[in-house]
Amino acid sequence: MGNTAMPREIRLSTTPTPEALAELRLGDIVYLDGLMYTAREGVYKRALEEKANIPMELPSESAANFHCSPAARINADGSFDLGAVTATASFRFAKWLPEWLEKSGAKLVIGKGGMSSKDYKSYFVPNGAIYLSTVGYGTGALLGRGVENVEAVHWNDELGLAQAMWVIRCNRMGPFIVASDNEGNCLFERENAKIAENLHRVYEGTRPATLKRYGETDDRSDEVIG
Amino acid sequence: MISIDLIEKTAGVLMDKAAIEIPQDYLDGLEGAAEVEDGDLSSFVLQAMLENYKAAKEDRRAMCGDTGCPRWYVKMGNDARIEGGPVALEAALRRATADATNGVPLRPNRVHPLWRTDHNNNVGIGAPEIEYGFEPGGEWIDLITVHKGGLFGTDYRMLFPSDGIEGIKRFYLDSLVAFGKRGLACQPAIIGIGLGGSKDTCMVLGKRAACLRTVGDRNPDPKIAELEDEFKELGNSIGMGAMGFVGKSMVIDCNIEVGYCHTGGMQMSVHAFCLSSRRAVARIHSDGRVEYRTDPEWFTPYQRRETVEWETPQCHEKSA
Repeated sequence: MGNTAMPREIRLSTTPTPEALAELRLGDIVYLDGLMYTAREGVYKRALEEKANIPMELPSESAANFHCSPAARINADGSFDLGAVTATASFRFAKWLPEWLEKSGAKLVIGKGGMSSKDYKSYFVPNGAIYLSTVGYGTGALLGRGVENVEAVHWNDELGLAQAMWVIRCNRMGPFIVASDNEGNCLFERENAKIAENLHRVYEGTRPATLKRYGETDDRSDEVIG
Repeated sequence: MISIDLIEKTAGVLMDKAAIEIPQDYLDGLEGAAEVEDGDLSSFVLQAMLENYKAAKEDRRAMCGDTGCPRWYVKMGNDARIEGGPVALEAALRRATADATNGVPLRPNRVHPLWRTDHNNNVGIGAPEIEYGFEPGGEWIDLITVHKGGLFGTDYRMLFPSDGIEGIKRFYLDSLVAFGKRGLACQPAIIGIGLGGSKDTCMVLGKRAACLRTVGDRNPDPKIAELEDEFKELGNSIGMGAMGFVGKSMVIDCNIEVGYCHTGGMQMSVHAFCLSSRRAVARIHSDGRVEYRTDPEWFTPYQRRETVEWETPQCHEKSA
């Protein structure tokens, strides 16, 4: 390892107080205790578009929404085996999240890659919610160790294993990284801005493609050559 | 004759190994990256990854919750005979994939693209992919499973000879920067580049360059080998590390494969084999011996041959 400073480590409840959330700084490392549930496009569509009744008490039981599908199985006797858990990219769920945060009272959204500061400022901050990113996106085994028990799997018949609502009891589950704060600042945008300063130098000596693509121009009358 | 039961049993073991055990060549590469990384957050991430691989092996649990899209590469020596023929082989690989999905367990990732039907076993229309290669001589069969992530880090572009190396570099950097932000490509990755072929074969070459070669391996064409070194360096000088944080670990290695293409074109594809570079290999011999390894040894002189006819070199072939 290079000569680097270690980030702060914090234990946090999955039903956190506003004070505990206010303490969090971008880049802090968080370990979670309490109940967490998985919800992604399947759950959002079913709860918000089809207006199905959410099968648990939110947010009193859990205020932590994990964007995840676990590597898991449901045994013949109805019990669950869960090996590894890893987050999936959250930006795809922006369509449903404003309504979901309001309806579910979620205070922690846990996933991969975070959202934009615009998302954070427009509906995370007003709902008092914070975004936590998983680390490395491949630490599934470490996160799996933090799962004390799978308490329930809701909507498996309707949505399938990958989209079902898994209710997980966490015991020092982590690590997660604080990727938004209570002002709506975005860790990834901060990092991107630093990296962007160097990009022009890296691109020196390269050239744009001879044949352009739509998307590189929004003018559909453009011939995209040259 | 290679027994179909042995093929299925071996395939099951490979599914388990691929999901749980990080290949040593990638681990060595990542440890090297962790040593030079000086970004605070990037360093923390790499350290967590190294701990994660250890936890996965100790607990025998999948290293990542997204266990990717299992696929098979089958290579046969020219004299190999399989009990029940290729249809039995494909059935055995599909069974092993389904059983391991439930057994390890893996995430049942594979769904119908429109109806989102999930058989909960990673088997469906066209899934798992099974691709074939052949080698002169030998009564063995190599089973290779790769569980590559299936969403981010891959792109294709039709370039032309006038785009030159400068154009190749641009598209390479564009792909890394676009998918590296927020770490969507789950870097540091093994980057595979396909050059030439047709659009489909260009994608196949690049994917195989990422998944079927190992860290530290170099293309036998010395000028391409130089490009591989240069591109690895270039990717790591972007200033981006794990998860898109400030850092210098983007590319664990860069592998380039080429195929002859249309005289007017220079197709290019870029593929990222992620932090969980899952691959496992076994050679099954006709006498029932099974040898496990992590290097697919896919790109042999025969696979890269340029000539009409193939003359078997005088040196002895590995055979059972």
